[in-house]
Amino acid sequence: MDAKKIDRLATTILYLIAGIIVIILASLLGYILVRGLPHISWHFLTAPSQSFKAGGGIGIQLFNSLYLLVLSMLISVPLALGAGIYLAEYARENKLTEIIRTAIEILSSLPSVVVGLFGFLVFVLQFGFGFSILSGALALTMFNLPLLTRNVEDSLRQVSFDQREAGLALGLSRWETVIHVIIPEALPGIITGMILGAGRVFGEAAALIYTAGQSAPALDFTNWNPLNIASPLNPLRPAETLAVHIWKINSEGIQPDAAAVSAGASAVLILAVLLFNVLARVIGNRIYKKMTAV
Amino acid sequence: MQNYSLADTYIKPLDPAEHELALETKNLKVFYGDHEAIHGASLQFERYKITALIGASGSGKSTFLRSLNRMNDLVDKARVTGEILYRGLDINSDKIDVYEMRRHIGMVFQRPNPFAKSIYDNITFAPRRFGEKNKKVLDEMVETSLKQAALWDQVKDDLNQSGLALSGGQQQRLCIARAIAMKPDILLLDEPASALDPISTSQVEDTLLALKDHYTIIIVTHNMQQAARISDYTSFFYSGTAIEFDETRKIFTRPQIQATEDYVSGHFG
Amino acid sequence: MDPIQQAMLKKSHAAKLERRGKLISLFCISLIVVVVLAIFFFVASRGLATFFTNKVNLWRFLSQTTWSPAVKDASGQPQVGALPMIVGSFGVTLLSAVIATPFAVGAAIFMTEIAPNLGKKVLQPVIELLVGIPSVVYGFIGLSVVVPFIRNIFGGTGFGILAGTFVLFVMILPTVTSMTVDALKAVPRHYREASLALGGTRWQTISRVVLRAAMPGILTGIVFGMARAFGEALAVQMVIGNAALLPTNLISPASTLTSVLTSGIGNTVMGSLENNALWSLALLLLLMSLAFNLLIRWIGKKGEIK
Repeated sequence: MDAKKIDRLATTILYLIAGIIVIILASLLGYILVRGLPHISWHFLTAPSQSFKAGGGIGIQLFNSLYLLVLSMLISVPLALGAGIYLAEYARENKLTEIIRTAIEILSSLPSVVVGLFGFLVFVLQFGFGFSILSGALALTMFNLPLLTRNVEDSLRQVSFDQREAGLALGLSRWETVIHVIIPEALPGIITGMILGAGRVFGEAAALIYTAGQSAPALDFTNWNPLNIASPLNPLRPAETLAVHIWKINSEGIQPDAAAVSAGASAVLILAVLLFNVLARVIGNRIYKKMTAV
Repeated sequence: MQNYSLADTYIKPLDPAEHELALETKNLKVFYGDHEAIHGASLQFERYKITALIGASGSGKSTFLRSLNRMNDLVDKARVTGEILYRGLDINSDKIDVYEMRRHIGMVFQRPNPFAKSIYDNITFAPRRFGEKNKKVLDEMVETSLKQAALWDQVKDDLNQSGLALSGGQQQRLCIARAIAMKPDILLLDEPASALDPISTSQVEDTLLALKDHYTIIIVTHNMQQAARISDYTSFFYSGTAIEFDETRKIFTRPQIQATEDYVSGHFG
Repeated sequence: MDPIQQAMLKKSHAAKLERRGKLISLFCISLIVVVVLAIFFFVASRGLATFFTNKVNLWRFLSQTTWSPAVKDASGQPQVGALPMIVGSFGVTLLSAVIATPFAVGAAIFMTEIAPNLGKKVLQPVIELLVGIPSVVYGFIGLSVVVPFIRNIFGGTGFGILAGTFVLFVMILPTVTSMTVDALKAVPRHYREASLALGGTRWQTISRVVLRAAMPGILTGIVFGMARAFGEALAVQMVIGNAALLPTNLISPASTLTSVLTSGIGNTVMGSLENNALWSLALLLLLMSLAFNLLIRWIGKKGEIK
C-alpha cells in the first residue's frame, strides 16, 4: 500500500474512533434518561425511600446530597482560597514549596475510597462524629481540596503581575491587593472551578459510604433546629446521599423496583451534573463579561 | 560598540544648602542572586525637579528606580544594599514600614496597569482602604487628581466606566492620577510613555511638566529627546553604573564622560 | 520628627494585614500537608498491624491465594493471601488501559490534527461530560447493561474482570484523551511543517513526528488513567462479582483491592485481624497510588532531558 492510501485509511479509522466515543456517550446518556426519566415524578423526588417494597422515592437522599454539598463547599472553598493564595502569591521557589506541591499532587491522586477510609478512621471513630453529615463533609473536603486549590492558584496566576505592582506601589499590602483586586479579576476562573468541583462532590460515593453512612433516617422537615436529631439540618445525623443510594440498592438492595429506582436516581444525578457543567460555563462567561465590560 | 571604563564617572554633587534634596542614595547596590546588577550608585534628587535616568536597555536604570520604593522586595532573589535617604531616614532599612513608605514614594509603570474597576474606583480604591470614607473628600480627590493628570475633561461625564475602556495614553494618565491621589512626595515613573503613541506621549509629558510644581519626579526613559524636553537633571546609566549625573542641559551639550557623549549623540543605545 | 517619619517607623495597618493574610494562607496550605501526612500515618499504622501485631508474614500476604482472615489454615496461620485482589486490580487496570489507549490517542489526534473544529465543538464537550458522570452511574450501567451482555455472549454470571475492564475503559478514556490532547498541542508547529514540507503525508507526519515528540506526555496520560482505574472502587465493585478467588479467566467473579475494601470494612470489628488485613489492602492501595505518582514524575523528567 502506498503512503497516500495509508493516510486515507488512518484518517478513516480516526473518524471511526471519534464516532465510537460520541456513540458511547450518547448511548450512556440515552440509556439513563430513557430508563430513568419516566420514573421521575414529584412523588419520586420527595418521598422517602423504601427498603423492602416498591414505590420508594429519593427525597431524603436528594436533600442529603444537597446539604452535604453545601456544607463541604462551605468548608473547602475558604481553605482552597487561602491555600491557592499562598501558592500563587507567597510561596517562594524552594524545597518547602516543592514538598507542599508534592503533597497536593499526592492528595489529588489518592483513590477516593482511601480518603473515605481515612475519614472513617479519624472523623467517625477517633473524633466520635459517627456516620454523619459532618464526617462526610470533611471527607469530601479532603477529596475536593487539592483540585480546588490548584484551580484557585491557576486563576490567580492568570491575572497579570502588573496588577499586584499597582496595588503595592500605592502602599497597599499584597494581601489587600489580592483580596480586593486580584481575586475579583480571577473570579470567572475560580467560580467555574468551584462549580465543577461541586459537580464532582455531588456524584461522589466512595468517600462517603463509611463517613456519611449508608442509612437515611426519616427527617422531620418542619423541624429546623440543627441540634435536634430529626432535623434535616442536624450535621451529626447519618445521611445516605443520592450516589450512595444508587450504589447501595444495586449491591445489596432487595426492593422489587431497585432497577427502576436506580435508573431514576441515576437520571437525577446525571441531570444535576449536567446542570453544574452548564452553570459553570454560563456563570463563568457572564462574570467574565461583567468584569471586562467596556 | 566599544567598552567603556566603569571607573570613569562624573557625579555632580548638589550642595544641600542651595538645593533641597527629596531623596538621596548612597552606594546603592542591587544583587540578583550572586549577580551584581547595580554597582553602588550614589545620586541626589532635588525637590520639585524632574530627574531623568537614561541609558540603553539593560543598563540598570529601571532596576535602580525600582529599588527607590523597594519594589525589588517583590523579586524572589533580589537584594539591595546601601542607603536610600528620605526625610533623613534610611528607607532601605528593616525598621522602615515599606507600605507606609510607598504611600509617599509613588510609582507609575511602563505598561499602563489600571485596575479592572471604574475610573472612580481606580483612584479612590487605595484611599478608601486607608480609611477615607467621606464621599465629598473622595469626589474632590478624583476631580483634582484627574485634572492634574489632564484627564478630567475627557472622562468627567462617565467616571463609572471601566478604566480598561480608556485608550493607552488615557490609561497611563489614569495611573498617574491614581498615584498622585495618594499625595506622594515623590513620583517614580518607569518609562511611562514607552508603550504609547507620539500624541499620547506628548500628553503624558505635558502632564509631568505640570506636576513638577507639587512633586519630585524621577523618570526612567530610553527616549533622549524626552529627557531633554522635560527634565532638570539627568543621570546616564551604563552597565549597572551611574556614569554621569548633571544638569540636563550640560549632559546634552557638554558631557564630561566619553560614554555619555557617545550615548546622547546616538552612537549606541 | 515629622508625622511621616514617625509613621514610617511604626508598623502600619497594611503591614499588619499582610502579616495576618500571610498567616491565614500559610495555615490553609499547612492543613493540606498535615492531612496528607495524617492519611499516610493512620493508614500505615493500621495496615502494618497485620504484620507487626498479628505477625502475618509479608511474603505470604502478597503471594498466598486464599483470603479468609477469619479462618486459620492447617498450620494455624491466618489465611490472608491478597494475591487474588492484587491480580484483580492489576488485571482490570492493565486491560482497561490497553483498550483505552488506542481510543484515547486516536480521539486526541482527531481533535488536534484531523478535525480541530469538529473536535472542539463535539468531542471536547463529549469528553468533558464523560468525566462528569459519577462512578456509581457507570457502575449501574455496567450492572444493568454490560454484565447481562457478557452473560449472554460468554455464559456464566457475566460478572468478572471483563465487565470491570469495560466499565473502567469508559471511565479512564476522558482522562487519557484530554492529557494526550495537551501533549499533542504542545508539539511545536514547525515540527509538522518541516515533515509536511519534506513530502510526508499527514499520517506519516503524525505517526513519525508528532506522536514521537508527544510520547512522554501521552505516557503520562496513560499512567494517570491507570492510577484512576486502580483506585476506582464502586463502579468496579458493582460489576466484578466480589469473589476473593484468583481469577482463572476474564468472565468469572473476581475482586480487586478496592472492591474487597468497600464491601468488607464495615463488616469487621476494628482491631481484629480481619479488619487489620483490610487496612493492609488499603495501605497497598495507597502505596500503589504513590508509585503511579513517582512513575509520572520519572516520565516527566525523562521527557525533559530529551
